[in-house]
Amino acid sequence: MRTAVIVFPASNCDRDAAFALEKITGIAPEMVWHRETSLPKNIDFVVLPGGFSYGDYLRSGAIAARSPIVKDIVEKAGKGLAVAGFCNGFQILTEAGLLPGALMRNKGLKYVCRPQKLRITNKTSRFTKQYGAREEVIFPIAHHDGNYFADDTTLNMLEKEGRVVFKYTGNPNGSARDIAGICNREGNVFGMMPHPERAVDALHGGTDGIDLFKSILGTL
Amino acid sequence: MKAIIKIGLKPGVLDPQGRAIARGLNDLGYNDVKDARQGKIIELDLVGEDKVEAEKQVKSMCEKLLANTVIENFSIQIED
Repeated sequence: MRTAVIVFPASNCDRDAAFALEKITGIAPEMVWHRETSLPKNIDFVVLPGGFSYGDYLRSGAIAARSPIVKDIVEKAGKGLAVAGFCNGFQILTEAGLLPGALMRNKGLKYVCRPQKLRITNKTSRFTKQYGAREEVIFPIAHHDGNYFADDTTLNMLEKEGRVVFKYTGNPNGSARDIAGICNREGNVFGMMPHPERAVDALHGGTDGIDLFKSILGTL
Repeated sequence: MKAIIKIGLKPGVLDPQGRAIARGLNDLGYNDVKDARQGKIIELDLVGEDKVEAEKQVKSMCEKLLANTVIENFSIQIED
């Protein structure tokens, strides 16, 4: 099992993601700088971490989504590579066109940072199957641009196809239909604003995130 | 040659910053302000003389990077 974490200038959850992956797989992930033009060989799962890539200039995730390594990820994701983006990583996935919609400024205009209760709305996805009958989890959130937007046609399609994987309980940012996390149609690309990688240790933010990583890693 | 690009949120897309601006103006006593929409202006310095070609290029730049057409509209003005 080989995993990778992409590192952009001003990523700040790359080491949290690495900690989570190493804790669960027993092997340290490859840390891949954004200027690389391709992933190392035989990578099974890639995480786009949280942070403020390129200072959030232009739009959150916009510049990162056009970086050389993301081009390679888009191509490999099209062939089935498992990819997850958390927080800024989710913004990058929408900007890169791997996931539909966009993340806009929070409705309340404030940066929100707190433990957040989420409902698992698709329990059979490759990113949630390990949760079994569990209905809810708590993951930390920490973002200013987490207000998920898509047109009604897209939102209806996402809901109908079971691609809304998590919803907020008590919407913190104005996201359409309380959406916290979605996947692509094939189910191999997943993005969410909350931070499961910061919920893998009882001393820090709880352990609800572990099963998310076990879910996707278990399908590889 | 210069390209001036205006980028703003599409009609119907909630603009919380615009709303806060309107509220701020109301607080200053400008009660005629019903709503505000905000966006950004990008100025590009361009090499070349062909305005038609420049506009085509800048449109492609907007679609590929400068605007997120899921939520934003853009307009382009080419100047000498």
